[in-house]
Amino acid sequence: MRDTAIEVSGLRKAYGDKTVLDGIDLTVEAGTIFSLLGPNGAGKTTAVNVLTTLTGADGGTVRVGGHDIAREPKAVRSVIGVTGQFAAVDELLTGEENLRLMADLHRVGRRSVPELLERFDLTGSAKKLSSTYSGGMRRKLDLAMTLVGTPRIIFLDEPTTGLDPRSRRTMWSIIRELVADGVTVLLTTQYLDEADHLADRVAVLDQGRLVAQGTPAELKRQIPGAHVRLRFAGVSDLDAAARALTGATPDQESLSLKVASDGSTKSLRALLDRLAEHEIDAEELSVHTPDLDDVFLALTGHNSASTEAVAK
Amino acid sequence: MSMHDSAIMLRRNFKHTIRNPISVFNAILFPVILMLMFVYVLGDAFSVGEHYVDYATPGMILLAICYGLSATAVGANSDMTKGIINRFKVMDVSRGAVLTGQVIASMVNNVIAVAAIVGTAYALGFRPSAGLLDWLGVAGLVLLLGFAIGWFTVALGLFAKSPETAGLGVVPLIMLPFFSSAIVPADKMGAGVKQFAEYQPFTPIIETFRGLLAGAPHTGDVIAALAWCAGIAIVGYLWATATFTKRA
Repeated sequence: MRDTAIEVSGLRKAYGDKTVLDGIDLTVEAGTIFSLLGPNGAGKTTAVNVLTTLTGADGGTVRVGGHDIAREPKAVRSVIGVTGQFAAVDELLTGEENLRLMADLHRVGRRSVPELLERFDLTGSAKKLSSTYSGGMRRKLDLAMTLVGTPRIIFLDEPTTGLDPRSRRTMWSIIRELVADGVTVLLTTQYLDEADHLADRVAVLDQGRLVAQGTPAELKRQIPGAHVRLRFAGVSDLDAAARALTGATPDQESLSLKVASDGSTKSLRALLDRLAEHEIDAEELSVHTPDLDDVFLALTGHNSASTEAVAK
Repeated sequence: MSMHDSAIMLRRNFKHTIRNPISVFNAILFPVILMLMFVYVLGDAFSVGEHYVDYATPGMILLAICYGLSATAVGANSDMTKGIINRFKVMDVSRGAVLTGQVIASMVNNVIAVAAIVGTAYALGFRPSAGLLDWLGVAGLVLLLGFAIGWFTVALGLFAKSPETAGLGVVPLIMLPFFSSAIVPADKMGAGVKQFAEYQPFTPIIETFRGLLAGAPHTGDVIAALAWCAGIAIVGYLWATATFTKRA
């Protein structure tokens, strides 16, 4: 039995008459990565703000690192590290000075500064003002600053939003290394693949409620698998293909056919063989893996953007 | 505890000042230019009953303090809007330290600008009859006013939505000296403006500077100046800390 790093029960938060968090319950075990998955406006950032003592809760209890956030906020702050959605670096200081500032404030020696610069591949830019850094470098510096105090529990609010694919990979491997050192990570994301790659457990947040919780594998079992989309030249081909491939969903308007498939070469070959048997040619074939929208559709019955669309 | 954090924050604010020399230069140069303009170009047109540079210097000291405030407001706002304050908030850093650092850095800017103005005044023939104690009084009031208005400006900066609005927010503070006895005596102004000039906070403060530099401060002015400073400091401090706690 592992220790519990974060324990949230019945958490509520409202701004005016707008309920942002509507009774959240979750438990994060020490030394694991927990991902809060949801679209913009689901309440992810508010949840992080409450859990990190930035904003007060309106109801429920939250314990972080064994301390109650309302009664012992100082104790909570001493064990956590937070990297917000927007890189909170001091732009008028160099990368090195930013890290030194953190070391001084945490009252730890500055010895860790060169190590962190090295680890985050920032040694070459250490003496440059952080205002000259690229988005990816800023995020790395931001995370390095969070690590200065060697926090046991780290909150990352959308750590890869806006990063290019390469920086994103780097960030992922850094996050994995953290957990290897025994740190607990709670991260929020809008990307299913990010949660899938990193998290031990995922909770799906929709309009302030948790609509599902489990391991990535458990969640994916609840959502429709990958599918293949075939586009045809005409209605006759489409109809013929729809007859040949049982369980496929035709769409007359786009002349396309959606076929359930796990995307493996074996299933694709079987699919193509079947088309060849009936002498049907498709104009285009594309493989789709489930994304956040599929998860939302499956779990909530509406897609992640539909509430906004209705509001308009 | 808090002293340690404040010292670190102050060092951070100093670095900001050094990295952003244009704003400092602006805060020093502009009052000096205004002084040259008023004393050389316009001074002879005002009959103030004394050598104009002697009349204008106390007001210019105040103007020098006010001019530096836009840098303070913009700095406080950048910290707030760029998220670095949230980092400090979740770090168990003394919450007052972040703000204290900004206020003290602002006061240091004030002292530099005032020194530049007094130096310019001497070059223009300013010869006050103030003794050592009077000068200490002037220095004390500069610091007190810098402290009070520094807190007020930090509050304004924290409250503003963006650095641009923060910069605009201090414009009234920069304009206020013109509607006081800084440039010409209040009793020479038109009705309405005259009453405003007589009762606004900067007038007794300027009159206290004037009295101290002449070697004979009026007790009434001194009391009013101290009371205004205390009031501005309390309002500024409460506003700043409340805004700091509330805005996440």
